Amino acid sequence: MILAAISIPQLVVFVVAVAIVGVGGVGLLAARHTVHSALFLVMTLFGVAILFIEEGAEFLAAVQVIVYAGAIVVLFLFVIMLLGVDRVEVPAFVADRNRIVLAGVGVLAVLVELFYVASGAWSTGASSQSGSLSSGQNLGVLARSVFTTYVYPFELTGALLVIAVVGAVVLSKRLIGRREVDR
Amino acid sequence: MTIPGSWYLVVAALLFGLGAFGVLTRRNVIVMFMSLELMLNAVNLTFVSYARMLNDVGGQVDVFFVLVVAAAEVVVGLGIIVAIFRQRATVTADDISSLKG
Repeated sequence: MILAAISIPQLVVFVVAVAIVGVGGVGLLAARHTVHSALFLVMTLFGVAILFIEEGAEFLAAVQVIVYAGAIVVLFLFVIMLLGVDRVEVPAFVADRNRIVLAGVGVLAVLVELFYVASGAWSTGASSQSGSLSSGQNLGVLARSVFTTYVYPFELTGALLVIAVVGAVVLSKRLIGRREVDR
Repeated sequence: MTIPGSWYLVVAALLFGLGAFGVLTRRNVIVMFMSLELMLNAVNLTFVSYARMLNDVGGQVDVFFVLVVAAAEVVVGLGIIVAIFRQRATVTADDISSLKG
């Protein structure tokens, strides 16, 4: 059986990481309070980071923890706590039962298709454009690819981040101005 | 022997399904947003799995770009949520229906 061929430590790490991801994901959906959802999100992100490490993507695991858990979730928590959004008590899920059933059916259909793809033939046979993963250390290989083959997309992401920051400033600033006019 | 790549793909698919279900059924806009992050993470996991299965660094580079786009998206999205909350004091998706026509 295939289970016997897998080394025990790797299997244990995989199962624990999947358990963390699963509990975090279900907890995020089921939590009544938004703050709890955010904390469950952190849990899921850590589980995914463990899976990244097990797949040999150490740099991405570190970035995952720093960017997601360190920056994005903190942004979420800032918005939740500073606005007091959590104080408004509403039912967690939509009232319409049909919508929940339809959503479940749609998600199930997508899952069946994904399982089919995951178990079937997935390789297109096309040769790699960006280099082999096993030609050196993870970080070095990644850096060489980002700063040579993908250098223009990389520069574009810089522009994208500037646009996002300016957009966030404009979004909040215009609102403050309008409020003062109202008074 | 290492864990087969298809196991990771199945985990990623389940995580994606959880996120999609959350976006479709939760009422709180912020929780919907977090479910969206869940879906992005599932896709990242798929990218990393294929990068290992095909021995191609392109998958990991894509995760890098997805992370940047996700960060930008969260900044703008939360800005919009804050703006809506200040004007209408609600974060329930059903109450924000001005564009319904």
